[in-house]
Formats: sequence, C-alpha cells, structure tokens
Amino acid sequence: MKETPLSNCERRFLLRAIEEKKRLDGRQTYDYRNIRISFGTDYGCCIVELGKTRVLGQVSCELVSPKLNRATEGILFFNLELSQMAAPAFEPGRQSDLLVKLNRLLERCLRNSKCIDTESLCVIAGEKVWQIRVDLHLLNHDGNIIDAASIAAIVALCHFRRPDVSVQGEEVTLYTPEERDPVPLSIHHMPICVSFAFFQKGTYLLVDPSEREERVMDGLLVIAMNKHREICTIQSSGGIMLLKDQVSALTSVPVRTGHFSEVFKDYLVTKRH
Amino acid sequence: MAGLELLSDQGYRIDGRRAGELRKIQARMGVFAQADGSAYIEQGNTKALAVVYGPHEIRGSRSRALPDRALVNCQYSSATFSTGERKRRPHGDRKSCEMGLQLRQTFEAAILTKLHPRSQIDIYVQVLQADGGTYAACVNAATLAVMDAGIPMRDFVCACSAGFVDGTALADLSHVEEAAGGPQLALALLPASGQIALLEMDARLHEDHLEQVLEAAAQAARDVHTLLDQVVRQHVQEASILLGD
Repeated sequence: MKETPLSNCERRFLLRAIEEKKRLDGRQTYDYRNIRISFGTDYGCCIVELGKTRVLGQVSCELVSPKLNRATEGILFFNLELSQMAAPAFEPGRQSDLLVKLNRLLERCLRNSKCIDTESLCVIAGEKVWQIRVDLHLLNHDGNIIDAASIAAIVALCHFRRPDVSVQGEEVTLYTPEERDPVPLSIHHMPICVSFAFFQKGTYLLVDPSEREERVMDGLLVIAMNKHREICTIQSSGGIMLLKDQVSALTSVPVRTGHFSEVFKDYLVTKRH
Repeated sequence: MAGLELLSDQGYRIDGRRAGELRKIQARMGVFAQADGSAYIEQGNTKALAVVYGPHEIRGSRSRALPDRALVNCQYSSATFSTGERKRRPHGDRKSCEMGLQLRQTFEAAILTKLHPRSQIDIYVQVLQADGGTYAACVNAATLAVMDAGIPMRDFVCACSAGFVDGTALADLSHVEEAAGGPQLALALLPASGQIALLEMDARLHEDHLEQVLEAAAQAARDVHTLLDQVVRQHVQEASILLGD
C-alpha cells in the first residue's frame, strides 16, 4: 500500500510549529521520548519502546567455521526487518532502499566500532567460532527507527548468554545451560545512535523525530556515541547541506547518551538479580 | 597490525606521503563517445570510471516521475578484480546498494534537478581498482562525468577520506591505512560554499578529535577541487581547439 500523502496544510502546520520551537507532543528541541525496555524469557530477547516506536531484538548463536581471512575472530551478523505490521507502507517488495540504509548503518555502528570482542568468540582457531546473530524486528513505526534499533541491538547483546564450551585438544564440548551456566559476551562499549532531523534547509533541528516530523524533514544526521564520548559512527542522509561547525557542535548533544548507558546498566543489573 | 607503522616519527606515512598530502590524481573527461557524459579518475592506485546518461525520459514506471524535479539514479559496481581477493558479487550486495544510495544523495543535493522535471538522470560508477578511498574517487569521477554531460550543478562535488592515527589527522587513506581499523571519515563537499553534501564516519574517534579530522578532510577536498578544476578547463580548451575556435 502506498504511504498516504501528507496534506499541504499539515506540512505547513508542522513546519510553522517547528519554527516557533514547538513540537506536536510538547517536547523541547533536545528532548527524547520515553524509553522503556522489557526483557523476554530467553537470554538475549528484549523489546525497546521509544515513544510508540517498538523494536524487538533477539540474539542467537551458533558454532560455524570462521571466515577465511579472519580465522581467529567470531562472526557478528545483524539483520533488521521492517515488519509489515509496523506501517501500512512497509510491503515485502517496496522497502529496499530504507532497509539497506538502516541495516548498513547498524552494521557500521555495531560491527566496525568493535563493541563486541570477536576474538573471545573463537573456539578453535581456523575451525570453529561462534556466530552471533542479532535479529531486530520493527513492530511499530512512529519515527526514529535507527535509534530504537540500535538500543535494542546493544541491550539484547548485553543481555545475551552463550553456552559454555571447553576445548580439550581437538575435541569441543558444548555444555547445556543445565550443566554449566551460560557465559555473557564480552562487550567493550555500548554505542547508541542519536538522530537529528533538519528542517528548512538546516536552520532548525530536532532530536528524535517522530513519524510526522520525519515526513517533513529535509534530512537526517545520525551520530552514534558511547559513554566515553567516542564517536562510533556519523551518517548524514537526505539532501541536507551542513556546515562543518554545525556538525562539530552537534556532537556535544549526545553526551546525554552517557546517561543512557547508565540507565541500561541499571536495567540489566536489576534483571540479573 | 603489529609492526605496521602508519605514521613514522618523522611524519611520513607508509607510501612516503605527509599527513595532509593527497595521492596523485589523474583524470580524463569524455572517455566514451556513446554516453552523454563520462570521466575516468585515478587517485593513487584507486581507479574509477563514471558514466552519465541524461536527462532523459523516465524508464520503467511513469509513476516514479517527480512533477517538479528530475530523478537521479545512481548505480555503483566494483569489478571482481578490483580488490586483492576476487569479489564474487560485483553489484547487488548490501555495500554496493548503500554506495549507490549515498551517491544518489550526494548528487541530488548538487544537481539542479528543478530544471528538468519529470526526467531521469542516470549515473553509473564502476571501480576498476580499489586501493582505499573508493567513495571519494566515485564522487570525483561522477562530478566530472556530470560536467561532461552538461548537466547544471550548483558547484563541483569534491570528496576525500580522512583518518586519525597517533594524534594526527591523515588525508586520503589508502587501503592499508583503511584496513588497519582506525577511524575513517568520508566527506563530500561543495567547495565554494563549504557545504557538506555527505558525511560518513566509521570506527571510534573521540569527539575532541572530530574537528581536526573534519578540517583535514575538508582541506583535502578543496585540494581535489583545484585539481578537478584544472582538468575541466584543460578538457574545454582541447575541445575548443578541435572545434577550431
């Protein structure tokens, strides 16, 4: 089904409101919506709700042969799917551009920044390594998919426990959860994406755009940062033309993501107990 | 990575360049007679070919036609022999799709699409040899090709990559420097106004260093602009001599 077009008066209303620094849901420019994280029964299953945008993340693992040019490292695989229940416009054939963009951004944010120690996933060098697969499903689309997806991915990875293995010579013994407690993944840092939406040719910006705001925006800038104020990924998309100073100024905003990491750590600690 | 010194104590990189130095750029416009516009660029060992068709009628579904501007369609393909190990899928995999989307985003911002409503402009880029900085080489080649086709643009689009090693920002990374795993930034710039058409960064970089790396990439893009400008002027001169003006 094609997306219902946004009427001109609604577009004008949204843009006028943004010019007067007002958002439809009453937030300020740099305000995030409420984030709620709930965990499933399995290790590595979590649901993240960012306002009304809902993403389900599930981590699973498997023993496979490693890639030829990286014989001592485990494999991390990310897959984000835009479920048809998320928005009427998401149909199996139609979503490819958005899907490619989101998947690549997630891959770069989480894999290239080396947040998981892939060397620790190696069981027998050159023969057996763990392949960690993160499946993310968008259940409801109310704007800002990438932020919710990145939070779901990293929280699911922190929550996940893989089965314990022991290696004696050439033999690998895989222990069931009853025999030995499953082992958590070794995570170096938690990168979280923050999206900035630009309006009126870069004059106005908003953090965490809702679905309506995304429709009228000129472009999006996604910055992924971790608690240590390291930038893991920057991606600009859409037709916005930025100036260098604007980009540098924006990186100070996600320092609040330091706050996010603490919030997640609290969630995970309470879950463990 | 042990034993591979990307930046020596005297400030020289592996291929003997200084930190802010670009690789040798050679470019030619009008390499194909069949296409509306074409260009070939060599940035060090990275070789890219760009071909532009357009503006022409929308191919395929008429419903995709935009009533007020032209549609820009970009396709990126990297040859199977372009990398050290033979690539199995030259196009259609995620990275190529993403590159195509990024090129489209870059050129939609730069080309004056409002002048050609209900038409389509095709930009095809082929990488023949990838030695780092493939996105930058593609953008530079595509800019020249679009100019060769005579499609009006706001300004040149010049791109360059930058990295950060040992507290110094490096410009125009080669494959060895990219594979070392440090932060990499790719920047596409419109030199006259300093506006950034596309900004992409990978791997961890502390936010205090971002300014430095951005500046190195912007300066490198401006240097690329000087070179491309010369190439265009020379091409026009040659063409006018042939025409006997």
